[in-house]
Amino acid sequence: MSLVFAGVCSHAPGITGRKERADPVVRDAFYAAYDRMRQALEAARPDALIVIGAEHFANFFMNNMPAICVGMGEHYDGPIEDPQWLGIGPVRFPGAARLSMELIQDLMSDVDLAYAQEWKFDHGIMVPLHFLTPRADLPIIPVNINCQGPPLIPLRRCYEFGRALRRVCAARPERIAIIGTGGISHWPATPDSGRINEAWDRAFLKKFLANRREELIAYKDEDIWREAGQGGLEIRTFVALAGAAEGHTGELWFYAPIPIFAVGCTVAVMKLQADERG
Amino acid sequence: MSLYNVQKLMYQLNRDPAARQRFDTDFESLLADYDLTEEEQHALRDPDIGLLYVMGVNGQILMHYAALRGFEWSAYIQAMREGELKHGPVRAGLYTRAEGR
Repeated sequence: MSLVFAGVCSHAPGITGRKERADPVVRDAFYAAYDRMRQALEAARPDALIVIGAEHFANFFMNNMPAICVGMGEHYDGPIEDPQWLGIGPVRFPGAARLSMELIQDLMSDVDLAYAQEWKFDHGIMVPLHFLTPRADLPIIPVNINCQGPPLIPLRRCYEFGRALRRVCAARPERIAIIGTGGISHWPATPDSGRINEAWDRAFLKKFLANRREELIAYKDEDIWREAGQGGLEIRTFVALAGAAEGHTGELWFYAPIPIFAVGCTVAVMKLQADERG
Repeated sequence: MSLYNVQKLMYQLNRDPAARQRFDTDFESLLADYDLTEEEQHALRDPDIGLLYVMGVNGQILMHYAALRGFEWSAYIQAMREGELKHGPVRAGLYTRAEGR
């Protein structure tokens, strides 16, 4: 078995925390795309879901910052933020501790990474799971790529990490789904919150959906930072997901800038081939 | 190094119930645990969200301190704008403005 599902979506806290302040027509179309993604995820009948996120100093800080960390917990609680602020109440998600441990061991052949048996989910994982596993009944394996506190690993290594994830999942009997969640362009938590570079986003998405590795890894952080904001550095999660789905292209199910959500809201799913769905 | 300590304090407040408890009951002793300049202590105590932003506190950490100190979303964004006007451009880190580099 290999990956049975791969996709990307946004995770900004405003998506749930400030939902009443968005244009309801656009917001509801965005929520509908999340729900379509949920249905596709469920139809793939996964045993576990890997979430490649870009957490925001909930678990990891500059005293000991892992470039990449994989969760190995029995369960995960969230949100670490004030539930009222985020608009999502307390949830406990099941982990997949043994599967995590074996995947981590296998990944270490290719990638240096950290692991964590304790992990509190912040909005970076809570918001996607709020829509995708609303019953919190699918075992989760969280993965974090540091996108917030430079130095950050280069995009080339994010793609390689995705490839490594694909390789280790292919060796497993379980049906494994994977999502990446982050940016794209945005200036969150700044005076420019709500600024979105739609042209930049659409150019990036074109490369992502075509899964053109060379073009994806050619982005330079200084350019991303200038043109797509410090939040744009979170494309690392998308690039890793593209690596996991190498050889496959994707479909864009939703994209619209929603300023009060402070991000170009995105839902896209990779078209994995039938022979890999089992 | 001191900016690191400001952020470390906020990081602990965001995630550690014991630190939150001390914030509620004995904020001064919590501040005293961290090696902070007078300006940093003032900005945390006041709180001066705009000054903390200008110092270079990562927004993903500051966002939650602002919420903890009762800043509604629009007020929090406005506080950062006023901070830039009053204290100048962001001094360090990822949140400096492109034109300031």
